[in-house]
Amino acid sequence: MTLEGRIHVAGAGVISAIGNSADETLHSFRNNLSGIGSITLFDSIHRGVLPVGEVKLSNRELAVKLGDKKDVTRTALLGIHAAREAVQNAGVDVTKWRTGLISATTVGGMDKTEEFFNEFISDSKKGRLRNVVNHECGKTTELIADDLGIRGFISTINTACSSSVNAIAFGARLINHGLLDVVIAGGTDALTKFTLNGFNSLMILDQKECRPFDASRSGLNLGEGAGFLVLVSERVRKENNLHTMGYVSGFANTNDAFHQTASSPDGRGSFSAMQKALAMSGLQPADIDYINLHGTGTLNNDLSEGTAVARLFGERYPRLSSTKACTGHTLGASGGIEAVFSIMAIRHQCVFPNLRFENPIPEIGLIPQQQFEAGLKISHVMSNSFGFGGNCSSMIFSKE
Amino acid sequence: MEQLMADLKKQIIEALNLKHLKPEDIGDEQSLFVEGLGLDSIDALELIVLLQQQYNIKMANPQDGPQIFKSVKTMAEYIRANQPV
Amino acid sequence: MAVYINGKGNISPQKTWGDEPLLSSPRDYAGSKLECVQPDYTQFLDVRQLRRMSRVIKMGMAAGTLALREAGVAVPDGIITGTGYGCLEDTGTFLTKMVESNESALNPTPFIQSTHNTIGSQIALLLQCQGYNQTYTQRAFSFENVLLDCILELKDNPKQSILAGGVDEITNISHKIEERFGIYRQDSLSSLELFNSTGRGTLQGEGAAYFVLSGEKQNLCKVSLISVATFYKPGNHLLSDIEAFLKSCSLEAGDVDLVISGKSGDSRLGKEADLITSSLFPSSSTALFKHLCGEFSSASAFALWLGTRIIEEQQIPGIILERNAKRPVKNCLIYNPYFNDYHSLILLRAC
Repeated sequence: MTLEGRIHVAGAGVISAIGNSADETLHSFRNNLSGIGSITLFDSIHRGVLPVGEVKLSNRELAVKLGDKKDVTRTALLGIHAAREAVQNAGVDVTKWRTGLISATTVGGMDKTEEFFNEFISDSKKGRLRNVVNHECGKTTELIADDLGIRGFISTINTACSSSVNAIAFGARLINHGLLDVVIAGGTDALTKFTLNGFNSLMILDQKECRPFDASRSGLNLGEGAGFLVLVSERVRKENNLHTMGYVSGFANTNDAFHQTASSPDGRGSFSAMQKALAMSGLQPADIDYINLHGTGTLNNDLSEGTAVARLFGERYPRLSSTKACTGHTLGASGGIEAVFSIMAIRHQCVFPNLRFENPIPEIGLIPQQQFEAGLKISHVMSNSFGFGGNCSSMIFSKE
Repeated sequence: MEQLMADLKKQIIEALNLKHLKPEDIGDEQSLFVEGLGLDSIDALELIVLLQQQYNIKMANPQDGPQIFKSVKTMAEYIRANQPV
Repeated sequence: MAVYINGKGNISPQKTWGDEPLLSSPRDYAGSKLECVQPDYTQFLDVRQLRRMSRVIKMGMAAGTLALREAGVAVPDGIITGTGYGCLEDTGTFLTKMVESNESALNPTPFIQSTHNTIGSQIALLLQCQGYNQTYTQRAFSFENVLLDCILELKDNPKQSILAGGVDEITNISHKIEERFGIYRQDSLSSLELFNSTGRGTLQGEGAAYFVLSGEKQNLCKVSLISVATFYKPGNHLLSDIEAFLKSCSLEAGDVDLVISGKSGDSRLGKEADLITSSLFPSSSTALFKHLCGEFSSASAFALWLGTRIIEEQQIPGIILERNAKRPVKNCLIYNPYFNDYHSLILLRAC
C-alpha cells in the first residue's frame, strides 16, 4: 500500500517505569536511568527474586490522580493516564472530528480477575463480580474511550507483544482511506501475576536486570505502562494549524510462521517486516538514523532480530538500542511506548541508551548505543515489535 | 531403573498428550526430539515441569534440556542422580 | 470496489458444514448453553498436530480449513481473526493452577496458548503463511473490525485472498461467571423456542466461522461484502446512523430484501432491533438467528455465514424467518446488537 497524504503525529503520551509523562521519561533517558527494581505493588512468591519495571504509582494513587476511577483495572488506569496526556498534548478537539481510539492490550483486566479468582476457585458463587466485569481486552478500550469522550470508532488489537504497532498502523490506514480524521492509537498493559508466572514458566525471565543485545543476556524483565499517539490527517493539521511532531512513513506486519513462541534463527519474519516497512516509506536502509529494537534480552529474540538487522543494514548500521533495559518488556504496550520514544528521538534529535551493554553477541557483533546522546540529526526512526505466535511488526516515523 | 523408565514413558505420554503412542512405542534410547518422537522446545519446558511435579527436581537452566531429555534413559539417569533422598 | 466471499467454513452449535441443506435439521438445546457440534478434527490435521490444541483453536483451524478448501486457496495472503475472549479455556487453566499451586511448577502450554492471537497464528504456522496476521478483540466489534481491515487491505491490493474469521468459546468458568450477571435464561426451555417466549436473559453461544475474501471473484462465488459499520453507544442516533450507512452504500431502506437481526431473545433488550425491522424496513423479510448459535462476541460471523448461504440458495429457512416479504434476496443487511452498547451493520449483496 501507499500512504496518500501524510499521517501526522500531533500528540504523544507515555507512562512506564522510567516516568509518568513524556517529559519525565526524557529526563530519565538523559540521566541513563533504569526503572527496573523489585516487585512492590502486588504479592507474589517471585517478589524479591524476579526484577520488574513497575510504574511508580499504585492503583490508588492513579485512581486519585485521574479522579473518580475506583475499581478500574490497572491496565485501563495506565491507558487513561497516557491517552489523556497524548490528547492534551495534541491540542485537537476529539469531539469535533471523526475520531477513533485503537488500543492494544494483552492482559486487559487480568489484575482484577486474579483478585476475583482467589475466592472464585474455592466457591464459584464467590468473588466480587465488579472485579471481572472489566476482564475483556475490549473493556479496557471502552474505559479509555469513555474517559476521552470518544463515541465514533473503537477497536482493540491483541497480537501479543507486537499489538501496539498494529494498532497505530490500523489507525494510519483508517485515516489514509478517509474513514477517520483523528485516531488515538497505542497500547497499555499492566504487570500481573498471570504474565509474570507465564513468562516464568517459559524460563525466559532474568533473575538479574536484563541485558538486551549483550553476549551475557539471559532473559527479559517484565514491565508495564502505556503509550499513545494522536494521529491526524493532513486536513486536520491544516485546519487546526498544528505544529506536529513527525509523521508515520511506513509500517508492515508479517508472520514468522516458524514456532509458537520462538523466532526463526535468521529472523525471516522480522527481516521481512523491516524490509516491507522501508519499501512503504520509500526509504533505503541508509536513511534510517535510529532503530528502537524489540530487544527483549532473551537469547532467542536478540539473536534472531540482530541477525535480521545485520542482514538488512550491513556493516554500516544506524544507531540502535533496546529501551527495554530501562522500562522492562511492557508486552502489548511496548510498541506504543516505543512509538512515543521514537517520536521523542525525532523531536529532540537524540537517541536513547541500551543500558548494561558490555560485549556484543558474538554471532552478529552489533554494538548498540550505550549512552543518551543529543545534538544528532534524526530524520527517520524505525521501531520493531515482535510477539508470540510469530507476529512481527515494524514501523518508521519521519521528521516533518 | 526399568521401572523408572516405564513410569517415565507413561508420564511423558500423559503430560504431552501423545495420544497416538503407547508406552511400549517409545524405545529406552530413542531420541525424544526432532528426528525421534518429534518433540519441540515447548515440550522440553513441559518435561522440566514434569521433573518438578513428579520427582521434585528443579532444573534451573533450560539450556541443559537437550542433554537431559535426549531419551527416556538419559532422563532416568538424571533423575537417579538428582532425586532428593 | 467489491469484496467477494470466495469461501466459508463454520463450526457452530448447528451442523453447519458438509453437504446438508441449510439448517435442514436444527438442533434444539435445553438449558442456557449452546456448544458447538464438534467435527472429527483428524480430517483436518493429524493427531500430532492436534495434541496441544485446545477446543477453540481446533474449531478455528477447522473453520479456516473449510473456507480455504471451498475457495480453492492453499495459502492465503493474510489471516485476520476476531475474538472477544480469546482462548478462554487455556486462560482459565493457567489462572486456576497459578492460584492452586501458589505460583509454582506451572505448565507453560496453557499460558502460551492463552493469548488472543493464538488461533490466527496457529493457522499461519500450519499453513506456513508469512503474510499479514492480525487479531481484533473489541468485544462484539471484533469480527466487524476484521471485515473492515479486509476491505482496506483489498482496496489496496484486490488480488489478495484473505482468511477472515470470528472465533469464541464457552468454558465452564465463563458460564458460571456470566450466569451470575443474570444474562442467561434460567427456565431451561428449548433453545428453538427462545423467541416464542418472553423472558429475561439469552443463551450463551460459541462458534468459529472463517471466510476467504478477495477483490477477485472466484467462479462459484455468488456473494459480495459491500460494507461494514460499528456504532459504540450510539444512543438515540442509531436509526439515523443506519440511514446514513445505507446512503453511503447508495441504497434506500426499501432496497434491502432481508434483514438478519441479532436480537438476543432477552425481553429487557431488543427494543431497537424491533424498531429497526418494523419502522425502518417494513417491506423487507426479517430473520433471527441467536436461537441457533446463542449470544457471543463474534456471533456476527455466524450471521455472515447464514446470509451468504441464503443469498447463494435464495431460500430463507423457516426456522429463522420472522417476517416473509417473499422477495428474492439480493441485498441482505445484518444488524447485530450486543447488550446495550454495541450495534453493528454488515451489508451483503448477490453478485
